[in-house]
Amino acid sequence: MSSLSLALPRATRPTRRAAFGQIVLNEARLTWRKPAGLAGGVAFPVLLLVIFDAIPAFRQPAGDLGGLTRIGVYVPILIVFGLGMLTLFGLPVPLVSYRELGILRRLSTTPVPPSWLLAAQGVVQLCVALASVLLLVVGGVAVFGTPVPKNPGGLVLSVALSIAGLFPIGLVIASVARTSGGASIFGRLLFFPLMFLAGLWWPRELMPGVLQGISAASPLGAAVEAMQDSMQGQFPPAAPLLVLLAYAVVFGYLAKRFFKWE
Amino acid sequence: MRTQMMTSTRGPEQAMSRSAVEIAHLRKSYGTLVAVDDVSFSVAEGEIFGILGPNGAGKTTTVECAIGLRSPDAGTIRLLGLDPHVDRDKLHEIVGVQLQMGALPDKLRVGEIMTMYRSFYRDPADVGELIEVLGLAGKRNNYYRSLSGGQRQRLSVALALIGRPKIAVLDEMTTGLDPQARRDAWQLIEGIRDRGVTILLVTHFMEEAERLCDRVALIDRGRIVALETPGGMAARARAGKTVRFLPSAPFDDRLLTALPEVTKVEREGQHVTVTGTGELVNVVILALAAAGVTARDVQLDSSSLEDAFVKLTGKRLDHTEGERS
Repeated sequence: MSSLSLALPRATRPTRRAAFGQIVLNEARLTWRKPAGLAGGVAFPVLLLVIFDAIPAFRQPAGDLGGLTRIGVYVPILIVFGLGMLTLFGLPVPLVSYRELGILRRLSTTPVPPSWLLAAQGVVQLCVALASVLLLVVGGVAVFGTPVPKNPGGLVLSVALSIAGLFPIGLVIASVARTSGGASIFGRLLFFPLMFLAGLWWPRELMPGVLQGISAASPLGAAVEAMQDSMQGQFPPAAPLLVLLAYAVVFGYLAKRFFKWE
Repeated sequence: MRTQMMTSTRGPEQAMSRSAVEIAHLRKSYGTLVAVDDVSFSVAEGEIFGILGPNGAGKTTTVECAIGLRSPDAGTIRLLGLDPHVDRDKLHEIVGVQLQMGALPDKLRVGEIMTMYRSFYRDPADVGELIEVLGLAGKRNNYYRSLSGGQRQRLSVALALIGRPKIAVLDEMTTGLDPQARRDAWQLIEGIRDRGVTILLVTHFMEEAERLCDRVALIDRGRIVALETPGGMAARARAGKTVRFLPSAPFDDRLLTALPEVTKVEREGQHVTVTGTGELVNVVILALAAAGVTARDVQLDSSSLEDAFVKLTGKRLDHTEGERS
């Protein structure tokens, strides 16, 4: 080890945007190299689509679903499955581990605020979410013959509001959990009940009235409802969109209020 | 003797002009626990200033207040004239920090981490050269996960230096390192100082403080109990040093007891033990030589900073690693 020379070469002044770009780049690398988030958010729902497509009954119009194919009904559920995974695991687990490892603290001693890491993580997870949605919708139509969304504008709005309503829930988990292990437990405890309400095991159309009401008020259930309506040709009704908006506002506030940087 | 030791402090005010760090009457409590109680010190530019103390003494809290990670309850802090709370952004450009327990993501490569941190600063150092200087050149493409403890620590120091700071704050940087890695780290710190960087070094290793620091503040229970050169501090603890030797020929004890520096002469078999103060070894050997006696096997028992510590705080340093204070 030699001693530091007096004149380390000066570099041209990088822009703040370059700094944010570098953080996003490293977050993207981490997401790729630790693919648990990609597996849950993208690979797993796509795999489920492949499996459902292999079941002949899923491709037939089903009487109990008002003439829709079961696989058609499942596309929004699988989209929400992916978004749910990203919300409950992909987003909060790395953030909690960054706090646990002291990375957020280290950042707060540099000119870059630690909130940039949170924002970068959000950007990366958003990209993963969009990739997942595109694969399920476009890939579904192209490869498995799932129905073409009849109201694409409504679907785009539903997906956007779903992400806006769901991601803050992930941030609240990241605020509450002290360790990344704890964050995973929160995620697991929430994921299955929420996916049940979203109709993964029992389509929402077939749920009894009370359960349907609870489903409509649940984040993943509201997301499915909004997307299903868009798939079937109507502009999504106000109720699920407002529910998602409410989650965005309330959980956004809670995350802002309770997120700890160290 | 005390006066002499105090004036022997290598006065930074003589060699250096401006204060890099000025802390006055700093106070910070967590609930009812007073972590830092009326701590004041100033660090001159280019100085290596040590903050030494046992676990929970308030060292880390002091440093965290200094770099703006915590708000003090009272007192003023200036780093090169900047208030850590008012001028946070400017401060972070010129102060590089290596915190205790600062890990990084397992699956990022050394080069990727350094390039990212480099992009945060206006006038950063060159990644390639810094990597070279820190002995990480061969590790540029390695994942953080694959680095040894010493390499991780050096990367952490590299990140503290990548913005070309004027002040580097290093908190327990050698804790958890093996002796060789620790010596390498010391050499590195001296190299950084030679570049003109002021260093605030938090440590609980006596040897480290003695080797590196120009001055040391000894903190115990949130208060500074001593602030001077490591040597001066050790001297304060000295109850009297002793010289033990084997004389080549018999001599009369009075030859030595006549010397003003000598307080006691004892014989144990062939060996003679002389207790005294000041330049004891020199005067004893000169006096013996004048009488035609050579002192062989000379052993000097001078107290270390560790003895000073025990004497000043009434407790031993805890050498357990990974402490937080």
